[in-house]
Amino acid sequence: MTDSKYFTTTKKGEIFELKSELNNDKKEKKKEAVKKVIASMTVGKDVSALFPDVVNCMQTDNLELKKLVYLYLMNYAKSQPDMAIMAVNTFVKDCEDPNPLIRALAVRTMGCIRVDKITEYLCEPLRKCLKDEDPYVRKTAAVCVAKLYDISSGLVEDQGFLEQLKELLSDSNPMVVANAVAALSEINESSPTGQPLVELSTSTINKLLTALNECTEWGQVFILDSLSNYTPRDEREAQSICERITPRLAHANAAVVLSAVKVLIKMMEILAGDTEFCSTLSKKLAPPLVTLLSSEPEVQYVALRNINLIVQKKPDILKHEMKVFFVKYNDPIYVKLEKLDIMIRLASQANIAQVLSELKEYATEVDVDFVRKAVRAIGRCAIKVEPSAERCVSTLLDLIQTKVNYVVQEAIVVIKDIFRNWWNSTANALNCFGFSPKIRTDSKQAWTKYVGKEAEKMYPAPDKRWCSIAVWEPAQNPPIEPIAVSRVAITMSIRVGSMLKCSVSPRFSSEAIRIVMVIVHNFAPCSCQTLSDRKVGLLVDEDYIVAFAVSCNGTGDGHETIRVNYGFVHAHELGQALFQFQMHVCGSYTFSIINTSCKRKYPNKYESIISTLCENLDTLDEPEARASMVWIIGEYAERIDNADELLDSFLEGFADENAQVQLQLLTAVVKLFLKRPQHTQGLVQHVLSLATQDSDNPDLRDRGFIYWRLLSTDPAAAKEVVLADKPLISEETDLLEPTLLDELICHISSLASVYHKPPTAFVEGRSAGIRKTLPARQGSGDETTTTAEATVIPSQDSLIGDLLSMDLGSTVPAAAAPMAAPTSNVDLLGGGLDVLLGSGAPDLSGSVAPSTTGLLGDIFGLTSAPAMYTPPKTCWLPAEKGKGLEIYGTFSRRAGQISMDMTLTNKAMQFRSGASHPLTVPALQPGQSLEYSLALNTTGPVQRMDPLTTLQVAIKNNVDVFYYACQMPIQILFTEDGTLDKRVFLTTWRDIPSANEVQYTINDIKGTTDSISNKMTQNNIFTIAKRNVEGQDMLYQSLKLTNNIWVLLELKLQPGVTTATLSLKSRSVEVAPYVFQAYESIVRN
Amino acid sequence: MIHSLFIINSQGDVFLEKHWRSIISRSVCDYYLEAQRANGNDINPVIATPHHYLISIQRGGVSYVAVCMEEIPPLFVIEFLHRIVDTFQDYFSDCTESIIKENYVVVYELLDEMLDNGFPLATESNILKELIKPPNILRTIANTVTGKTNVSDILPTGQLSNIPWRRSGVKYTNNEAYFDVIEEVDAIIDKSGATVFAEIQGYIDCCIKLSGMPDLTLSFINPRLFDDVSFHPCVRYKRWEAEKLLSFIPPDGNFRLISYHIGSQSVVAIPIYVRHNLSIKTGEQARLDLTVGPKQTLGRTVEGVKLEVLMPKCILNCVLTANQGKYNFDPVSKILHWDVGRIDVTKLPNIRGSVSIASGSNTAEINPSINVHFTISQLAVSGLKVNRLDMYGEKYKPFKGVKYITKAGRFQIRM
Repeated sequence: MTDSKYFTTTKKGEIFELKSELNNDKKEKKKEAVKKVIASMTVGKDVSALFPDVVNCMQTDNLELKKLVYLYLMNYAKSQPDMAIMAVNTFVKDCEDPNPLIRALAVRTMGCIRVDKITEYLCEPLRKCLKDEDPYVRKTAAVCVAKLYDISSGLVEDQGFLEQLKELLSDSNPMVVANAVAALSEINESSPTGQPLVELSTSTINKLLTALNECTEWGQVFILDSLSNYTPRDEREAQSICERITPRLAHANAAVVLSAVKVLIKMMEILAGDTEFCSTLSKKLAPPLVTLLSSEPEVQYVALRNINLIVQKKPDILKHEMKVFFVKYNDPIYVKLEKLDIMIRLASQANIAQVLSELKEYATEVDVDFVRKAVRAIGRCAIKVEPSAERCVSTLLDLIQTKVNYVVQEAIVVIKDIFRNWWNSTANALNCFGFSPKIRTDSKQAWTKYVGKEAEKMYPAPDKRWCSIAVWEPAQNPPIEPIAVSRVAITMSIRVGSMLKCSVSPRFSSEAIRIVMVIVHNFAPCSCQTLSDRKVGLLVDEDYIVAFAVSCNGTGDGHETIRVNYGFVHAHELGQALFQFQMHVCGSYTFSIINTSCKRKYPNKYESIISTLCENLDTLDEPEARASMVWIIGEYAERIDNADELLDSFLEGFADENAQVQLQLLTAVVKLFLKRPQHTQGLVQHVLSLATQDSDNPDLRDRGFIYWRLLSTDPAAAKEVVLADKPLISEETDLLEPTLLDELICHISSLASVYHKPPTAFVEGRSAGIRKTLPARQGSGDETTTTAEATVIPSQDSLIGDLLSMDLGSTVPAAAAPMAAPTSNVDLLGGGLDVLLGSGAPDLSGSVAPSTTGLLGDIFGLTSAPAMYTPPKTCWLPAEKGKGLEIYGTFSRRAGQISMDMTLTNKAMQFRSGASHPLTVPALQPGQSLEYSLALNTTGPVQRMDPLTTLQVAIKNNVDVFYYACQMPIQILFTEDGTLDKRVFLTTWRDIPSANEVQYTINDIKGTTDSISNKMTQNNIFTIAKRNVEGQDMLYQSLKLTNNIWVLLELKLQPGVTTATLSLKSRSVEVAPYVFQAYESIVRN
Repeated sequence: MIHSLFIINSQGDVFLEKHWRSIISRSVCDYYLEAQRANGNDINPVIATPHHYLISIQRGGVSYVAVCMEEIPPLFVIEFLHRIVDTFQDYFSDCTESIIKENYVVVYELLDEMLDNGFPLATESNILKELIKPPNILRTIANTVTGKTNVSDILPTGQLSNIPWRRSGVKYTNNEAYFDVIEEVDAIIDKSGATVFAEIQGYIDCCIKLSGMPDLTLSFINPRLFDDVSFHPCVRYKRWEAEKLLSFIPPDGNFRLISYHIGSQSVVAIPIYVRHNLSIKTGEQARLDLTVGPKQTLGRTVEGVKLEVLMPKCILNCVLTANQGKYNFDPVSKILHWDVGRIDVTKLPNIRGSVSIASGSNTAEINPSINVHFTISQLAVSGLKVNRLDMYGEKYKPFKGVKYITKAGRFQIRM
């Protein structure tokens, strides 16, 4: 007899039949009926109509029947809350039952019934069960606290359950401890403030470590995960924790092993790296990680994603284990790709031969995707291990000989990159900088040091990099410096892909254009892609637009960005701009971007290869491969005798080529012309006319026009631009940023480690979570703290908000990462303004420009035409409270950057400032006012404020420290990427329960639906869809807060009526009133 | 934690769902099914959807998809899912769609017992079996007669003891302890026959039927062989660290005592070789010749030899003659199966014949790989040997036995 019989009911009145069976007097019949009900439930049939009948069966001494009824209740109580109340009495009675199994079952089931009325009755029994004599009941009750917290966090806190739960951490039974830890970590995870409700102390840690040895494998995972959040006081403690955890590496459960690895790696950060203890520990880490790779493919995948992080952080651990990452042909594709990635990371000069022969093997497999990746991997190896470049190229040539089409195409793309990098090593942009004659020796040294070492290490934190540049700049500021700074900055930012940062400072702009031009010509489509990914929000002048337009060549949407964001740039105006731009280039092209006399490191190394490549021209049909081939021909035109013929043959089918190839062809022909002008004039004219007259593609036309004018006005300048040296492609580009890596290392074994993103980036509504950082080694944080001390306000006053968090990164222990006073993230705008205003003012260090509000306003009005609504400044700190210092301020959002604009006025007689270093405000004369704009970031730890949008600020001058709080308008927290796809919008709207919907009426609306929609878009509230229903306009809008909370809105407008109804849905409804406020202020302005 | 579990058959139908928290619509599985359509069986085990994370495993053609909503260690979920399937197999001797469907109620009860609110509750098979008795015909009949149920109404004793894996009051008339030392050779052999990579993945699986609370000690002659070991929770780690012997109170019945890994320090003996030759005669014909022979087997016979040759796409058909065993070629998957059986050293198994290639195809592409299966009994290829087994704590004399088997794991030869 099997359970399938429970599905064989007659067609008519299935429910009716079950009902009568449930009410049968015989126990057996009843039980069978309940089983049928459960069976229907498991397959998703709705049997909620039987609720009263099933509940009637609850009062029984038959445990199986009771369990079945409980199962049913858990599923349906929510839909029948009134009925569920009938069950409460039985629950309460069962909680008193002499049988611990029944007591535990009752408290467990009650916790699963998410009905408020039942929850009220749950508190008393739960309290008793938490103190029950039987550990089984206690352990069940511990989980029940987490359930209750999920339903009503307030209740748990009010009733003191948290305290009781903490007591369970010292329970005598290890299972109870493990469950208490699990419950607490879940509560911490979901707590709205993100602050852990329970801090781990040394004594609790000891108890946990004791329980660790005895509890179940799942409990061990919970305990290890919570141990990883603990920062030991000193090395000794860390060492003893390590010793007690190491045995977990030999557990059969992969989850336990990986969690143990996480704790150990974190603890190793605290221990001095060179001790024997540490090196034995690292040796112990490798074997378990390798063993994980012989488990099921799912386990392998997760392990590989984590190993990927570990090899980036600690390459030594697995450096001898290359072979275990070799791919077997029947590995699932997701495992293969991960293995490949790790192989490249582990590649070094010692093992490159082995790696290459493996990669070559993979390149002959059947799976096309994998083969392509393998060929790319060869290229990455060449870029990573320079001495192997030649060998890589010969491997690639072998592959080309196989004539397998997609292999050949892929190999050509890769060879292009290798050529670019190693043909001419001095093209390295950083070296190029060093060659520039105008830079003083000492600053050159400083730069070489900075760029060569520091920047490489920390370049991914753009803010920090910018600060260093900004700080460095005034220290040694010969007039040439801005150019130099901008060049390196741009080179750097190109590599990081954050072009945006450069554009913020107008001082850099005119130089930037040229550099961008150079980059555009030589970085090929890859960097243009990065450039256009960044939607430049603040353009300084038309030059910049042009530069940007040019830089966006290669991808169609770059232009789109400009058109959308800058409606005023019409085709005509763009033409004008282009013309001006060209004048600009000729007029002021006074410095040399490239050092043409660079010696070649590997002269003529790959020349012989070119002929082989050219043989394969015909077989290339993929745009990227064709474009790469064209690039090679153009770049090495002087070495390819028949380059003109080859290019000419490409030109025949110009119109049919992909845009990418067309662009490359255009550039290649221009290069050819510049290199061998004798016989190629016709060719270049032909291609220019093709590009400018016959093409519909605006990118191509623009690039064509630029070349045309460049060539016709000043060929020498053209040569310098077009044939400029190219920055290196760095292998590091696909490494994770160190700060992110450190954060992810703290999340080993978790989802974050699989996605390689911090949890804040993908867990919904999880801004709150504290970003984890690796603990600092004892005593190594000295330097940072001394510099910080000057500006950091003692953090005892926990009220000081920390949106202004100082980004000191991993060197500052998490606990000490204090709320910072306005420090490092100084907006560069201020500094740039003097140049624009022509005042020069080099003596004004830092970023404050004395000016009037009017001027500043003008500049902004001019540059960022469709500006966001910024509320007028209000008084934050009245003079009488600030001992003569008066502060007016407001918040604004520009180009994705939130800033706090302040007007500081000295109303007292004697007042000097300048003490705090980064906010270098010059001494204020009595009565003088000062404009100051401070960039804020939102990545620091977060504290819940009431109201939510309160920002606490501290200002320190030589008189006193002033604290004040101000209200931020919530719209400055709306991010630029707040649009949702229509479909996603719909499903999300449906998914959010109706309890999370809030309605609001806005009065006094002016303007049409469209104008309102436009206003909203300027403020990062995006209209997803518009609909007209019975004369009413419905706008569906979405917005995203910086902490990844999505808010969906429906705005109902009736033409001619000044009121509108707004419905809001969000998973965090707390934000609703602020959003409504924002709507009101935006609509009315 | 784990919010819900969906069990999906190979046709993409959800045939069981269980929710430990609020109900999540089964439409969430669409993301999984979409991935299945796109990638066939290679479905990424972790899939992110706008509001949920789907962590899945596939076993026996059935997919088990766990739905989570917050940050969670994915390995935890994957291990747990495997544990669920192991438990089902333990209860119903197999875990297929039809067996799950036949035992819906027991499955549902089990799932409810294994997880509470997404937290693992009872996963040890002996505890579960005391709480919910596995179905069998005798008991079903007995229950119908006596009105008893399959669900125990007393708390299992092992649940909270320090040895949760063992129930108390075990009694056997014949006290036996069997140990199977199984070693799997994972290797990649290149064209020339050189070993690119080789390692041994070993296990000791036990079947222990001993009364009372026996305390066992197992020692090895050469315990330093192991690179890495993972133990069943019953093994006392301290004694292993200090004395390199396994001291444990065993669970009752079948379990895996230790799994180990040998590879980086010691040279792994390769017990078998395949001589292969694929020569292209004309544009459309090629000759294939494969010979299998024993290599380092310490005189033992190699049995159960099977070869799977993954041919490139351009191979149309194979006409071969084997001097031993049967072969077949599947022209769709392009896999040549050759079931060799045992290797007779005097007459080495050989298969040869002609292979037809699609005309105009690129012959440089032809590089098949061979997946080899074999077993060698009475041999642990690493040389591992059990020294002795002692029992403390009980007075009777148990019957003891150790068996060694070497198998091919993922053993691949590139041609």
